[in-house]
Amino acid sequence: MIEVVDVRKRFARPVLSGVSLRVPKGCIYALIGPGAAGKSVLFKILAGLIAPDRGEVLIDGDEITTMTPLELAEARRKIGMLFQNYALFEMSVADNIAFPLRRLFDLSEEEISERVEERLARVALSGYGHRFPQGLSGGQKKRVGVARATIARPPLVLYDEPTAGLDPVTSQKIYDLIQDEQQKNKSTCVVISSDVTGVLTIADRVGMLHRGKLIFDGATREAQESDIPEVRQFVHGLTEGPL
Amino acid sequence: MTTQARSLPHRIGATVLSVAEQLGGTSILATQILARLSPRSLDRHELFRNLNKMGVRSVPMIAATAAFTGAIMVIQAAPLVEQFNATGFIGWGATFTTVRELGPLLIALMFNGRVGANNTAELGTMVVTDQVDALRALAIDPISYLIVPRVISIISMMVLLTVIGDLIAILGAMGTGWALLGVHPRVFIQSSVEMLTVWDFAVGLIKSGLFGIMIAMSSCYFGLATRGGAPGVGRAVNASVVASAAGVFIADYLSTFILD
Repeated sequence: MIEVVDVRKRFARPVLSGVSLRVPKGCIYALIGPGAAGKSVLFKILAGLIAPDRGEVLIDGDEITTMTPLELAEARRKIGMLFQNYALFEMSVADNIAFPLRRLFDLSEEEISERVEERLARVALSGYGHRFPQGLSGGQKKRVGVARATIARPPLVLYDEPTAGLDPVTSQKIYDLIQDEQQKNKSTCVVISSDVTGVLTIADRVGMLHRGKLIFDGATREAQESDIPEVRQFVHGLTEGPL
Repeated sequence: MTTQARSLPHRIGATVLSVAEQLGGTSILATQILARLSPRSLDRHELFRNLNKMGVRSVPMIAATAAFTGAIMVIQAAPLVEQFNATGFIGWGATFTTVRELGPLLIALMFNGRVGANNTAELGTMVVTDQVDALRALAIDPISYLIVPRVISIISMMVLLTVIGDLIAILGAMGTGWALLGVHPRVFIQSSVEMLTVWDFAVGLIKSGLFGIMIAMSSCYFGLATRGGAPGVGRAVNASVVASAAGVFIADYLSTFILD
């Protein structure tokens, strides 16, 4: 379970102003909101990549903001991450997917190859292992990213804008893949997305950030029926409203 | 007070702060690298990949630069040595200038343009495309995995390329001396061997090591400090090349004083 308590972060201006939320274990939590709402900053705080100015972030009861670099590195082994910009390394698709296993686990090359092949098949990229990321489409890169984020079967997976720049069909395939992975591994997922229509098809719970504040936190159905003007406008894609 | 008068102190202050930030950042990076210099934590695959990319692939460029440098030295000196009938000293003059000063300096500047700029661009691209964050997210320390192998590669290859470049420059000078002045290679080598000391060679190698440190630290620091997407990578490369070149000249000036 993830617990965020009164997290504040400021760069040139306040980006997060006292955000508190809880993500239950085994749930897909969609964090939505318009651009510059602070979603990506919260994503990096959850991953321990940025320290908040104030507040606590607890992952399975462990407070990550006060951890030493070694403790944090250990905690990150339990977290898989998909980045908005793919963040694939300049190596083959198979090496990208195998990277966490080679670096973090003491496995034989045979076992690693088996796991990579299984992952490639799972993300419908069998036969793409020898290719390089530069030669892949946006959707294929995202799928490689999902395969890399989940190959170590982490109990927590964070997805930052997993469908940004993708067409609706490819987007839905990515969401289905995220859901399949979550159900297979019984993991907890936080999906940060501006694509409300797509992400709500898989989310159990929804949080909406607006101007650095969490203005909604509840079940997906409650979000769809919310009377909060900003939430209603954003969830239903209305042009009239406070946003 | 006019706007211009107000802006001048402001600009001076901003420049001082920027230089202080860069020096401080580079010092912190140097400390982090030193703390991770352990054979156990060194990624050998990354090390050999960088040694090949930065060193082996730079040999043709360094060889061409060095050969022309040696030849040009003799062409410039030819009228004077002929006037004073001192052609026998051309071997010593060319070798002394090459191993102590011109070889390390010119090779460092060429190396900075090729390897330093490329290193900053590569690291900068990794930063703006979240690859460095992805490493940290995978519990991999970017300094150990990315920076330490690059720093070791740049410094060691800078020294090795200087040795290769010096030899080629001397061969270039020897060939040109023979063709232009009729100085036989045996005379050329004899005057070099008789008048040069081991220390002259050592000074050149010490300098090339220092230049390698300047290029490595500057290119890695500016690469990791890249902000602002693709335009930011361009700015980082520009700043890195300028800072490295300035660092090379400052190191050359100081080391010439100290080592002489």
